[in-house]
Amino acid sequence: MIENYLNIFINAIFIENLALSVFLGMCTFIAISKKIEAAIGLGIAVIVVLAITVPINNLIYNYILRDGALAWAGLSDVDLSFVGLISYIGVIAACVQILEMFLDKYVPVLYNALGIFLPLITVNCAILGASLFMVEKDLYFGESVAYGLGAGVGWALAITILAGIREKLKYSDMPEGLQGLGSTFIIVGLMSFGFMSFGGIIL
Amino acid sequence: MPKINKDSTLNITFVGIGLCLLCSAIISFIAIQLRSVQENNVVLDMQKKIVSSAGLDEVYGSVENAMSNIKTLIIDLDEGEIVDINPDTYELSKELREDGKYKFLSAEEDVASIKKREKYSKIYIEYKDDEINTLILPVRGYGLWGILYGYLAIEGDFNTVAGLEFYEHKETPGLGAEIDNPTWKSLWKGKKIYQANGEVSLKVIKGSVMKTSNNFSYEIDGLSGATLTCNGVTNLIAYWMGSDGFLNFINNLQKADV
Amino acid sequence: MSKYSEILFRPVFKENPIALQMLGICSALAVTSKLYPTLIMCVALTVTVSLSNFFISMIRNITPSNIRIIVQMTIISSLVILVDQALKAYDYETSKTLSVFVGLIITNCIVMGRAEAFAMQNPPGVSFLDGFGNGLGYSVILIILGTIRELFGTGTILEYEIFPLVQNGGWYVPNNFFLLPPVSFILIGLIIWALRAWQKDQIEEPEFRMSQNSPEIVPNPPPTPSSKASS
Repeated sequence: MIENYLNIFINAIFIENLALSVFLGMCTFIAISKKIEAAIGLGIAVIVVLAITVPINNLIYNYILRDGALAWAGLSDVDLSFVGLISYIGVIAACVQILEMFLDKYVPVLYNALGIFLPLITVNCAILGASLFMVEKDLYFGESVAYGLGAGVGWALAITILAGIREKLKYSDMPEGLQGLGSTFIIVGLMSFGFMSFGGIIL
Repeated sequence: MPKINKDSTLNITFVGIGLCLLCSAIISFIAIQLRSVQENNVVLDMQKKIVSSAGLDEVYGSVENAMSNIKTLIIDLDEGEIVDINPDTYELSKELREDGKYKFLSAEEDVASIKKREKYSKIYIEYKDDEINTLILPVRGYGLWGILYGYLAIEGDFNTVAGLEFYEHKETPGLGAEIDNPTWKSLWKGKKIYQANGEVSLKVIKGSVMKTSNNFSYEIDGLSGATLTCNGVTNLIAYWMGSDGFLNFINNLQKADV
Repeated sequence: MSKYSEILFRPVFKENPIALQMLGICSALAVTSKLYPTLIMCVALTVTVSLSNFFISMIRNITPSNIRIIVQMTIISSLVILVDQALKAYDYETSKTLSVFVGLIITNCIVMGRAEAFAMQNPPGVSFLDGFGNGLGYSVILIILGTIRELFGTGTILEYEIFPLVQNGGWYVPNNFFLLPPVSFILIGLIIWALRAWQKDQIEEPEFRMSQNSPEIVPNPPPTPSSKASS
């Protein structure tokens, strides 16, 4: 079933790109896309965090929260899905914290590169959004790994492209009111139109 | 009141546990209070879609009245026979996860790009004077951004369309999402599905249907700017009305009473 | 008295959370193709941010500082769950349209931002007002977007026909372009431009104030006479 995973992966990168199709993680997307190095660093951090948290949340959803999921504990008609939101955000916050401490202790090189972005990521809606979409799509564990990875790669790709465009654009002579934020929004809009053309791809 | 040291371990534990307990108590209370209303909403919403796909809400005046004339059945798609399964426990998403209750489709079979097809399907039949008046069938197929889920309603001759209603899709607002447009949906009523030789001919074409066209009763106006969505709709009709879909069941219905 | 109206209205125009502080735009974009869901989203956010500010401010004196983020998060998530559950129970149609975006209020930076920046230092009453004001600031932009997109995209406002449509015998051909999601970006860009033409002090220097993450300062654009620019 490798093609199924590949399908989900590609789908998450291009067709349902978190940044450009569902507009998630926009605050950091726009704030950290001034310089291409920073954008790549943040992108990688997002990939790592998504690839970890989406599968974990998938397990939590499938074995604890969903309707009838507690059957293994003898509680077959308990539906805890209403505490989903708080559980996912808790998992995300904890994962980011653990990842930060782990990197600090064992992989200082990576910590120096990604460390400053990790706290930003807890409040990045792309991370929570991916978990919520995973629940909505009702994915299996394996599929959720592919989805988390794909969603991260898609977001990283989008922020890298935007940073590239903005680095070039700072040399242009724009109307005053449009400088900075205004023009960035319009660029993101145009990029998003570009990504719309990926629609209809079926693998 | 003595000044408390808010960063002491005791206070951290106290505030942490207290907050968790308080919040979980409030959330659980509200969630349980609202549970029945929410479940009711989901059921009502689905019933509304089922009934309105065939325009029965207008015939009967209300969704409730219409539902009381509708029988829900589970059928085996391969055999085309009604099976004895309680429809209340049936859920499509669960069927598609359980081994042995679905089959994978090969590329040639998979006209509607749905990858898996369930073995059992939940259908709705409206009876009028003990005769089948409308058959409401669940259909789905890939559009532009994702799978379109809907109900196709067929009249008692098992060939004339009574209506089509999609209840879930991700099509582009303003373009593909116009499949929800009442004007477009009204085009479906009265169209025919099968040619005399039994071939499924109903399709959404590009542009408008000519009144003089030979295939007038088999064609639906296309939605401008939504070619792929329209193709998706054509494909899902072709698939679900074909031999892999409900054809066996419809043939059985026509031959005799099931 | 004026102090309170200042707290309430400052975030609406002067320090608009979306247009100036770039906070909370994520959810602003995907839900605005129709005005009605937009309004519901605004109400949901305003309620959440006001109440979260209120409660966080109430317990600010006993909140241990090293777990304060998680305390804030817990309060905010609980409120969002309540809003989400209420919506599912009383307006199921809209809750389907908004899907995950109600849940995403948790990570909406406006809520966390106000909790951290205002509610932790101020008494509950004022914090509530501040939250309400920021909710309004968010709502203003969203409602403008929702109105423009629905009016030009479908010729209606709140499903009520404003421009008579061609299909109903009128003259207006709906411009479906406005219903496409990316349009909201372009509209926000233009709104920011308009706002800055009016409130000159919001114009960014070409160096673009950036967070501490980028050490070096971007040089001015080469041909830069800024007096010449501007239309």
